[in-house]
Amino acid sequence: MQFLALYIHWPFCLSKCPYCDFNSHVRAAIPEARILAALRTELAFEAARLGPRRLASIFFGGGTPSLMAPESVAAVIADATALFTPAPDLEITLEANPTSIEAGRFRAYRDAGVNRISIGVQSLDDAALTFLGRNHSAAQAMAAVEIGRDIFPRASFDLIYARPGQTLAAWRAELATALAVGLDHLSLYQLTIEPGTQFATLYGRAAFTLPDDEDAAALYDATAEIAARFGLAPYEISNYAKPGQESRHNLAYWRYQDYAGIGAGAHGRITIGDQLIATRRHRAPEAWAGRVEARGHGSVEEAEVSADERAREALLMGLRLAEGIDTKAYAARTGRALIDTLDPDILDQALLAGYLEATPDRLIATAEGRKRLNSLLTALVR
Amino acid sequence: MKPPAQSDRSADTARFFDYDGSMTSTPTELIRNFSIIAHIDHGKSTLADRLIQATGALTAREMTEQVLDNMDIEKERGITIKAQTVRLSYPAKDGKTYILNLMDTPGHVDFAYEVSRSLAACEGSLLVVDASQGVEAQTLANVYQAIDANHEIVPVLNKIDLPAAEPDRVKQQIEDVIGLDASDAVEISAKTGLNIEAVLEALVTRLPPPVGDDTAPLTALLVDSWYDQYLGVIILVRIKNGRLRKGMRIRMMSSGAVHTVEQVGVFAPKLRPEPDLGPGEIGFITAAIKTVADCNVGDTITDDRHPATEALPGFKPSIPVVWCGLYPVEADDFEKLRESLGRLRLNDASFHYEAETSAALGFGFRCGFLGLLHLEIVQERLSREFDLDLIATAPSVVYRLTKTNGETMDLHNPADMPDGSLIDHIEEPWIKATILVPDDYLGAVLTLCNERRGHQVDLTYVGNRAMAVYRLPLNEVVFDFYDRLKSISRGYASFDYQMDNYLESDLAKISILVNLEPVDALSFIAHKSVAETRGRAICAKLKDLIPKQLFKIAIQAAIGGRVIARETISALSKDVTAKCYGGDISRKRKLLDKQKEGKKRMRQFGKVEIPQSAFLAALKMDA
Repeated sequence: MQFLALYIHWPFCLSKCPYCDFNSHVRAAIPEARILAALRTELAFEAARLGPRRLASIFFGGGTPSLMAPESVAAVIADATALFTPAPDLEITLEANPTSIEAGRFRAYRDAGVNRISIGVQSLDDAALTFLGRNHSAAQAMAAVEIGRDIFPRASFDLIYARPGQTLAAWRAELATALAVGLDHLSLYQLTIEPGTQFATLYGRAAFTLPDDEDAAALYDATAEIAARFGLAPYEISNYAKPGQESRHNLAYWRYQDYAGIGAGAHGRITIGDQLIATRRHRAPEAWAGRVEARGHGSVEEAEVSADERAREALLMGLRLAEGIDTKAYAARTGRALIDTLDPDILDQALLAGYLEATPDRLIATAEGRKRLNSLLTALVR
Repeated sequence: MKPPAQSDRSADTARFFDYDGSMTSTPTELIRNFSIIAHIDHGKSTLADRLIQATGALTAREMTEQVLDNMDIEKERGITIKAQTVRLSYPAKDGKTYILNLMDTPGHVDFAYEVSRSLAACEGSLLVVDASQGVEAQTLANVYQAIDANHEIVPVLNKIDLPAAEPDRVKQQIEDVIGLDASDAVEISAKTGLNIEAVLEALVTRLPPPVGDDTAPLTALLVDSWYDQYLGVIILVRIKNGRLRKGMRIRMMSSGAVHTVEQVGVFAPKLRPEPDLGPGEIGFITAAIKTVADCNVGDTITDDRHPATEALPGFKPSIPVVWCGLYPVEADDFEKLRESLGRLRLNDASFHYEAETSAALGFGFRCGFLGLLHLEIVQERLSREFDLDLIATAPSVVYRLTKTNGETMDLHNPADMPDGSLIDHIEEPWIKATILVPDDYLGAVLTLCNERRGHQVDLTYVGNRAMAVYRLPLNEVVFDFYDRLKSISRGYASFDYQMDNYLESDLAKISILVNLEPVDALSFIAHKSVAETRGRAICAKLKDLIPKQLFKIAIQAAIGGRVIARETISALSKDVTAKCYGGDISRKRKLLDKQKEGKKRMRQFGKVEIPQSAFLAALKMDA
């Protein structure tokens, strides 16, 4: 049976963080009943055209899905597991904010079927949390992490580093504190300035500066070193896990497997017949819901992904992973030999420079290569 | 712009002409032809405006500031590029009405030859000197030219109304530096109009009238020409002997080209037709000429049926002394550039261009100019009037190369330099430069001149200012001499030069290599004594300009196979790779496609992308 990862988007937040360019909306009153109904309708619509599928993961992302009532989460899980065939080790992740109110709902989410929690801690420094626009303290966050760790079989949290003025020593200390909590998975993101965010405006006005490439590299190297001390290995550019504790849902993206995206602004890559279709839902929650109510789905675009596009997408996702790209799977998925997607001169140079590694059946971006993946990809893609 | 239909042309022409139908030629004793010599900002154009106003040649409504400078660039920079003229009618105190022809000469050394022809069209000059600033180097060069042209020179002290004015000191300076009697200099304020009448009176009483033989075969000096969309080429002429009539078949004595005169007239200052022009008169003709390239400045125009036996003296074809490559930033603009250069050339025969290609910059043109300012003006007009983004390579002078087989060649592109083993010797052009600088900065200026391989010819003091005359290799001047001079003298030094001669020199071509691949557009020729310093400077500059990339980059300067300077740009250590949200892979792919597209538009050398901005900055070469 064909593989499927399922993404559910909850497009609401209590406030918008200045670094965030995700599809999130702030509402005085969240129209939860309407959105939930639309999610369930769209999910049923998608299941009807996808046919029987082995469901490997469900991921509630946002926005802030920990603003959902546990009953809503339970309803979606119940639908999904009924519409598809759940894998025995079905991974169900929910993203949560580490406020005390949300931590209070963790038990109910667990009861709804969630077996993995991903907590947006972002920093263990209160001043940094203020800068990042977070409405929780470091202490609250760590308390939430401990609750999550104890309630869920698997727990992870996010930190953002390479913040303005952050020293190497401070990051090492912060990261060691975070790892001491004893989780099996961490997402450690370098702060990126995304167009259209409040940070982009501030950065454009030179309101703050970011570490240069050498400082950022030192922070990245320290991150891997300290994570290793706690037994976590980088399996993707920004993700660290103990063996077997990788996010299976995110792996599906990076391995360029089928995933369905349900909810406002969600994206999907689904195989229908012999076509790979890219789906994109309307970003505005109410408009999306209106479309779902009218015709069963909220897509604003559904387009076949061409062989060329598949080749580039599979490459740019696959090289993010430490395991690299399985060349056979790549060819089967994209209809292109991997070698045909690459500029041969750059490939040679990158192999020589130690940015890439080739084995008989895999092409792998090394740690040095992953550090420079943007430049590597831009040069490498033919 | 779309050329007007034939029927529009006559209508527009009629609008240009202000014909009162009843003029006859003026006797020479009632004509005074003069030019104005002044440093930039010393008030030449303002004075010209006042003279036009005072004689009522234009109504106040018709006056725009600085009537004579037609082009925007001329107005902005306060310099004159094309010779202009205006005919003024002045009722003098002696009761007679005089025709005063003001010839506005190009105001820069690059146009020295054009200036000399404008001066040759006049009998006298007003020497305008700012009463607080005093004499500048540029003024000197032009005034010497006027003296060479046997001009009667009337010193005029301008800006006499300013508190900083020191008329006595400046008069003394004019006497000391130029050797002119300045005791009866006219003291004016062109800005307020003070004493303008005295200037007009001085022109009548102190300048000699032109002389010429009305009955001799026609000889007319071609002073300048420009292209008019409606009238074709308009030629500015000074009649020496004979008469130039409408309908006459004229011959250009240097080229032998024959044309039939369509219109004859004067600049009042609007074009005003006349039946003919007689000896001493300055005016225009049109003769259905399509391009100014057929109208050489300094040529003699004669009557094809009764030609003069001898041309007027002093004709020289114009020869570019500074060359550079001009390339469109967008390769698609190549045709537009070709067309724009063609249109500029319509109006500026002194500017040369030929197509060339560069591995670095693609298709472009090798362009020759009379000097650095001329280069700058053309570049600026291309970007402003034709809306072109250009890359200019470093300016190069014309070297004379003798090969071992005895062949000689003029080299104006370093990329064309033959292999060293084929070269017997190279000669480079030298200039004679005059630098006026306050005493405080003299030391620095002399050091600069010596660094640039200069030889001192003369050093004199004028009050607290020194006048240094140096012989310098032109290639040291095109490098960045003028910028350096300005900066070390805080802008107080004034500089002027004339071409001198060619001398054998120990020169080498320095190639710049990026990852071992030569970047042709960055290669340059320099004296061996400075090759290493220059090579190191440009390598260091490129190191700062080229962003770090995936792989480390070697930048080298080399003479032949010998590396004289080297820099390494280390590999980029870390990208900012954003997380991937909600499976939005399309966005990531589009970003990648965009970056890839951006890379394609960059110039690549040895797999290194050199951004446009880095090229532009590296070519600027300001040390």
